[in-house]
Amino acid sequence: MAIATELGYDDLPALMTRLTGDEKHDWSALSTLDMLWVLYDRVLQDGDRFLLSKGHGPTAYYALLAAKGVIPLELLDGFGTFDSPLGHHPDRKLVPGVEIGSGSLGHGLSIAVGRVLVGRRVFVLVGDGELDEGSNWEAVQYAGRAGLDGLTVVVVDNDSATHGWPGGIESRFAAEGWHAVRVDGRDHAALEAALCNQVAGKPVCVVAEVRQ
Amino acid sequence: MTMRERFYELAAEALWENERVAVVLADIGAAKIPAHPRRFNVGIREQLMIGVAAGLALEGYRPIVHSYTPFLIERPYEQIKLDLGHQDLGAVLVSYGASYDASTEGRTHQAPEDVAALAALPGWTIEVPGHVEESELMLARALGNDDRVYIRLTDETNAAPIDGSRLTVVRRGSDEALFVLAIGPTLDPVLEATLDLDATVAYLTRVRPFDADGLRAAVLGTDVVLVEPYLAGASAGEVSAALSDRPHRLLALGVPLGEFRHYGESAEHRAAHGLDAQGIRASLERFQRSGRSLD
Repeated sequence: MAIATELGYDDLPALMTRLTGDEKHDWSALSTLDMLWVLYDRVLQDGDRFLLSKGHGPTAYYALLAAKGVIPLELLDGFGTFDSPLGHHPDRKLVPGVEIGSGSLGHGLSIAVGRVLVGRRVFVLVGDGELDEGSNWEAVQYAGRAGLDGLTVVVVDNDSATHGWPGGIESRFAAEGWHAVRVDGRDHAALEAALCNQVAGKPVCVVAEVRQ
Repeated sequence: MTMRERFYELAAEALWENERVAVVLADIGAAKIPAHPRRFNVGIREQLMIGVAAGLALEGYRPIVHSYTPFLIERPYEQIKLDLGHQDLGAVLVSYGASYDASTEGRTHQAPEDVAALAALPGWTIEVPGHVEESELMLARALGNDDRVYIRLTDETNAAPIDGSRLTVVRRGSDEALFVLAIGPTLDPVLEATLDLDATVAYLTRVRPFDADGLRAAVLGTDVVLVEPYLAGASAGEVSAALSDRPHRLLALGVPLGEFRHYGESAEHRAAHGLDAQGIRASLERFQRSGRSLD
C-alpha cells in the first residue's frame, strides 16, 4: 500500500476529492482544514495527543492522516461504504492514528481532561456549535480550576451555534480561568503561534475564526 | 460494616498499593477517600467524571468511578456508552444506593433501572453482591483486569457470604422441585420464603455475563423463578435464552416498573415491591397454583 510521505497542504483538497468524489467540499470539513494542518505539521510533538471531539465533517482529518502517512492513500476510496474503516464520524478502533471515536458532540474535552491529569499534553478540536452541549462546560470549568496547562482546546468558530455566543466564546473560557485568544482560522502563522503558546497554570483556548 | 464503608477503605488502600489505580469522584465519597495524587474529585459533574475515567484508561490507568446509583449510571449514560464502551476502554463503576436504599430521599435518588440499562450495552460485567465480603472479592477481581465492571453496592445483606460469580445451588429439592434463582441480597428472603417448600434455591451475583451453563446444569424441573433486587425481568431474557430448548415456565420477580412515590424505610419499599420473604412466598404460591391449573 502506498504510504504518502511527501504530500503537503496543497494536496489536501485532492485527497478530500478522492474521499467524496466531489470537487466542492463540505463546509464543516473545510472549516477545520487549516487548523488540522498546522497542528500536525508544526505543533504536535512526540507523545502529544490530538482528540477530534467534533467528529462531523471528517474528510479533512482523513485527508490529513493520509497526507502524513498515518493511513494508506487507498483507504480514502470507498469513504462511508460498508467495509470502509472511514465513516462520516471516525472510529478509533477502525482507523490508525484516530485517538477517539467521535460524532456525538461534547465528549472529547472530558476525555482529554483525564489524560492531562496524568501528565499528557493534549490538543482537542471542538466546534462552536458543539459547545451548546453542557457536558463541554463541565470539562471547561474543572480544567480551569485545576490549572491543567497541558490542555489546549481549539474552537473552530464558523458561527454555526444556533443561538450564538454573545460576548465571544473566548470570554467564556477566560471567565473559567483559561488563557483564551481569538485568531484568524486561515492564518497558519497565527494559528501556530497561538497553539504553541503554553501558559503556566492555565489551559489554553484558541478560537479559530473561520467565515464562509 | 456496610459495603459502602468497606469500599471506601479498599479504594483508599488500592490507591497506595496499586500504581495503576485511580479514583474519580463527583463529590460523593470525596470526604471518605482521603486525598491522593490519583484521587480526582471533579465536583458535581458526572458526565465529566466518566469522560475523565475514559481518559485515564487511555493512559493505561485502572479508574474506579463511584457515586449514587442514578448519578453513576443514568445521568452519564451516553458517556458510559461512548467514552467507555465505544472507545473500548475499561473502568470499574461502583455504585451505592441500589434500588431503594435511599428510601427517604425519594425517586430522584433511586435507580432500580440501573442493571437493565447497563445490560443493554455490550461488554459489561455486572456484579450484584449480597454480602460485604462478596463485594470485597468483586473489587479485588475487577482491579486485576481491564474489563468494564459494574459493582452494585447495597445496604441490604445476606447473613453469610457465598461466591456467586458462578451459579451456586444453595439448597437442593427434589428433581421436580420449583427452581428459584436468587440474585445478590434477595437470597435470605428467598430462603425464608421457601423453607417448607420443595424448592431448589440457587444463588448468583454476577448477572452479566450470565452463567447460562450453570443454570442449565442446575435446573431439573420446568418451573423457574428469578428473583432480582432491581427492575423485574432484567435477566429474564438470559434465563429464557439459556433454557430455550426446554419446556419451562418463568416467573421473574423484582422491582415493578412504575413511579413509586413513597419515602419511609427501605424495608417498607422491599415489602411494597413484594421482595420480602412474605411477598416472595405469595408470588411463589400463585405461580405454583397457576401451573397446576394448566395441567
